[in-house]
Amino acid sequence: MSVRDVTRTLLGEEIEVTLVKNASLDIETEHFTAITGPSGSGKSSLLYLLGLLDRPTSGTINMLGTETTQLSENDLAQFRLEKLGFIFQFHFLLPEFTAMENVRLPMQKLGKLSVKEQTEKAVALLESVGLHDQIKKLPKQMSGGQCQRVAIARALANDPALVLADEPTGNLDTHSAATVQQILRDIAHTEGRAVVAVTHDEHFAAVADKRIHIVDGRIQGN
Amino acid sequence: MSIFFSIAVRHILSRKRQSFVSLLGIIIGVAFFLAISSLMQGSQNDFIKRLIDNSPHISVHDEYRNAKEQPVQKLYKDRVVELRSIQPLPETRGIRGYKQVVEDLKRRPGVRASATLTGQAILNYAGRDNSIVLNGMIPADMKDLTTVEENMIDGSVDDLISNRNGVIVGAELCRRLMLERGDNITLTASTGQVRTFKIVGIFRTGSLDYDDKQAFTDIKRVQAMMNKSNRANTIIIKMDDSSKAQKLADEVEAATGYKSVSWQEASEDIMSTLAIRNVIMYTVVSAVLLVAAFGIYNIIFTIIMEKQKDIAILKSMGFLAGDIQWIFIIQGCILGVAGVIFGLPLGCCLMLALEQITFEPPGVSEPIQMPIDWSAPQFFIAGAFAFFAAVLASYLPAKKGASVMPVQILRGGQ
Repeated sequence: MSVRDVTRTLLGEEIEVTLVKNASLDIETEHFTAITGPSGSGKSSLLYLLGLLDRPTSGTINMLGTETTQLSENDLAQFRLEKLGFIFQFHFLLPEFTAMENVRLPMQKLGKLSVKEQTEKAVALLESVGLHDQIKKLPKQMSGGQCQRVAIARALANDPALVLADEPTGNLDTHSAATVQQILRDIAHTEGRAVVAVTHDEHFAAVADKRIHIVDGRIQGN
Repeated sequence: MSIFFSIAVRHILSRKRQSFVSLLGIIIGVAFFLAISSLMQGSQNDFIKRLIDNSPHISVHDEYRNAKEQPVQKLYKDRVVELRSIQPLPETRGIRGYKQVVEDLKRRPGVRASATLTGQAILNYAGRDNSIVLNGMIPADMKDLTTVEENMIDGSVDDLISNRNGVIVGAELCRRLMLERGDNITLTASTGQVRTFKIVGIFRTGSLDYDDKQAFTDIKRVQAMMNKSNRANTIIIKMDDSSKAQKLADEVEAATGYKSVSWQEASEDIMSTLAIRNVIMYTVVSAVLLVAAFGIYNIIFTIIMEKQKDIAILKSMGFLAGDIQWIFIIQGCILGVAGVIFGLPLGCCLMLALEQITFEPPGVSEPIQMPIDWSAPQFFIAGAFAFFAAVLASYLPAKKGASVMPVQILRGGQ
């Protein structure tokens, strides 16, 4: 994935705010990349641009050979469904669905697997994040760390090439944060995916293969 | 189960009490819509049935719709001709060659026709003159073309066949003049001829005026009394399919020249009044469902406000705006379908209850039951309208739900 000269500007009624300025970077598979920087520096904005949830004002984002800035909203949604996985600071699990049902959601939407295959894969993913005994539990019946691990399993449901995480350990205790951090590293190194995580946590960033530091919307170190 | 349906159901179940109240609104709305529209349609059907059954489908009168064209007008078609003080020749009124016209009509399939001669007569009784309308008919046709036989409370139309001097009168006249079957009455025609008739039958239609003023006897007796031998002033026609009356009336008028009035034409003002009444009725009952639809709007709007994060995460996952909209429209559909499923049986109960009510309107001597239309279209209209209202009520908030921008919501976090 290559990002070239990407700028994201918000036009207010009177002022213009530049969230990301002339950002250029490459994301490689099997790499765990950390984006760091102070609050309000544009870390999350850059992540949302990488995750195709937002469109750049200028610049290009080439992902797996596709120039994504030209894609329609529907094509972007399909791209996200097939190629990207998201993990947020808060787990954002659907509260009425069990852990397994939450993990199945992206698979159901993609519709490539049978119900049986979806269930088997969801169970396997939950087992891989150490939640084999929480499969039928609702989010409210699990701890924050467990919910976040379900969210990781959900992000991996459609075998994405790129997993994007926005402060994935921000809401977790030290033990849970360490578990999540290990899982993300494994996703990059063992499963061969690209993982990009925005973090404030220096310990978390220290174990990354690559670190991108951003200040005032500009990439300072890469 | 479709993923959209699955999410929609879970959303509704997540707010059980509020969903139930919205559903209850639709159920009651459907039930009232069905009961009221069935009652109104039933009364309309009953009214039209009485209108059609109690009078001929077509009446051919011994008059012309437009004044006859004068020979001078025929001669100068493209000129302006003014004629003054035209005096028609005195002639005996009546339909010329009525027997032939009746025979021709009877040859048509599904058409029954008979000639009648109607005139005024005076019934002198106890020093008082009572004006009545004497209807002269062929007794055999009377059974087929009028409702006299059905309304008989004493005697039969057949008695007119055996007794050519017989007459059938209304129950109100009999009550007023203390007459009974078998009594003789003396009638004086406008020609001055006086004849004595024997009451062979008494009918009651429920309309006091009709039961007081109308009398039926053999056409030949009326022709003799009115000095109109071999004349009839009206041909009455009944058809198996009354809806085709207008077409036949036009044909008869074109063929004979005499004014032929179908029941539709005769009741044009009533039919338009009924149409206006229907518009008012559907507006009122629709308002009930509209209020219920606001309940659905409210619950779905609340769910959307509550589920902004869910919508954002679904969109980030790859769900399209249309998918999100569809999820909330499905919720409206579920509430609408459930409302129809439970509302229609409740409506049936209301209809059954309404059917039990009997009342006696002024001027009618027999109690009347509430007429209810149980036909399928009533159920279909009520169900379809409720479903449409529910879908529309969900469409508006669903559109708002679909427009949620994931980035704005996800930035907010918990």
